Amino acid sequence: MSLTVSIEKRCGDFRLNVDISTGSGRSLALLGASGCGKSLTLKCIAGIERPGRGYIELDGRVLFDSGARVNLPPQKRRVGYLFQQYALFPNMTVAENIAACLRRMEKSRRRSRLEELLILLRLEGQRNLYPRQLSGGQQQRTALARILASEPQAILLDEPLSALDSFLKWQLEGELREALERFPGPVVWVTHDLGEARRNCRRVCVLDGGQSAPVTDLETLMRNPGTVAAARLSGFKNLVPVRPGGEPGTVEIPDWGLTLHCAAPWRAGVAALGLREVRPAEKGETDNVFPCQVLRVTEDLASLRAALRPEGALPGAPPLWMELPGGTPPAGLLRVRVSPADLLLLE
Amino acid sequence: MDWFPLYNSLRIAAVSTAVVFFLGLAAAYYIAKVPPMVKGLLDMVLTLPLVLPPTVVGYLLLLALGPRRPLGAWVLDTFGLKLTMTWWSAVFATVVVTFPLMYRTVRGAFESFDETLAQAGRTLGLSGAYLFWRVRMPVCRQGILAGTVLTFARALGEYGATSMLAGYTPGRTATISTTVYQLWRTDQNGPALRWVLVNLAISAVVLLAVNLLERKEGQGHVFNREH
Repeated sequence: MSLTVSIEKRCGDFRLNVDISTGSGRSLALLGASGCGKSLTLKCIAGIERPGRGYIELDGRVLFDSGARVNLPPQKRRVGYLFQQYALFPNMTVAENIAACLRRMEKSRRRSRLEELLILLRLEGQRNLYPRQLSGGQQQRTALARILASEPQAILLDEPLSALDSFLKWQLEGELREALERFPGPVVWVTHDLGEARRNCRRVCVLDGGQSAPVTDLETLMRNPGTVAAARLSGFKNLVPVRPGGEPGTVEIPDWGLTLHCAAPWRAGVAALGLREVRPAEKGETDNVFPCQVLRVTEDLASLRAALRPEGALPGAPPLWMELPGGTPPAGLLRVRVSPADLLLLE
Repeated sequence: MDWFPLYNSLRIAAVSTAVVFFLGLAAAYYIAKVPPMVKGLLDMVLTLPLVLPPTVVGYLLLLALGPRRPLGAWVLDTFGLKLTMTWWSAVFATVVVTFPLMYRTVRGAFESFDETLAQAGRTLGLSGAYLFWRVRMPVCRQGILAGTVLTFARALGEYGATSMLAGYTPGRTATISTTVYQLWRTDQNGPALRWVLVNLAISAVVLLAVNLLERKEGQGHVFNREH
């Protein structure tokens, strides 16, 4: 079972250019900041929006092929779509919402399938309630039950947890994962939260400004994001413009007036440098060590966050952020070290 | 008292409301999907009868349907049917005059309809017809009902275009409004007043119905927003 998508679409100035495949790994996270084209991609897969050109295939079935003029209507795609706001029919009860989507099934089996789904998603007690009478979690479970009732071959989740507050989020995320575990087909999970992607999906694809990066696994993305957008989503705080240093194996950071050793060889197309870990230098260390002025220190829940200014930084340059596990807040002048292996060259 | 005008007004209003109900729904549904330029133009043309004097509408209709006019003459030659001066000639007049009321009210209701419901429905395998009749219609129920009641009320009271197309023949084409005019013209104030009272009673009932529907709808909106 796999879903392959290779589409282009223009929307005014915005250009969507997505190339993804779930491969054998069932769940794929589509990761990106808001406005990067995540929802548009899902809508193209589900058949709600029409791509300009390209190709969509689900489990050997062609859903869309601009070359062969194939464009299946949403009804025939068998792609379940969980909308951000769930889109339950407000004029129907929970049971009616689910039963309406059982029409693909033989009549004799509908009754028992409805009961099965109500039990599976723990909605027996709510079967006769209307969507407006349900909690956020119950609404989400109803929407999922309705999708499962329609017997899809793939499921798309459009920021499934964004409509909820953080307390509920944890609980619902677990419930969602559990409910999806039994689903045999590909699942595309759209999110802007790296943690969410990591907990629920094995594979990930970063979408930035409508362009998709190659699909990779999460550990690889975290270890080497490759692009600025991916690095930002991976939680990198220090991202600065960079150019090759005078000697081989060095890079220059003009903003901070620094030249550092870098483990990765320089390659064409590099635009920025990501600093994975910044820490105070220990005695005797001299390589990649530089003095910084401590500008301010902010206390986080379990750590300290320091804004530093490397000596020799240009006026108006962004600060260098350093996270410390706690202890005495640093002040004055501080010697700081970044390991050459922690300098990542990004496109 | 001869109740024919009441009966005639009711049947004209009922037939034209039935026609306008489906025409208005179809127009509101399909015009929402056309490009903005075309939409603006269609919108203007379809709303025109609402602001034109009914006598102008009647005049324009006679230009098309009169026995010596192209369409009227053709129907007369082919089917032996005269399109004017019968009771159902008034239906042409009331359909054109009341259409904008239905169209605009339903369009308003459709515009506030959450399109993701229809999109979700389609991904769930539900047909367009199912989604229209079982989701869009029930969700927009109150707006559609209000439009229907308004259409019926307006058709019931239509005078200008009706009198031009159907004329006034007692027992054949007379409606409440043309009867009131005829009675007043011939100085029969007593009977005229009786018909005026009948008309007032009907209008009061209709307005009450519209108000009830609108109040319900208002509550529905507040309820939805809070949840």
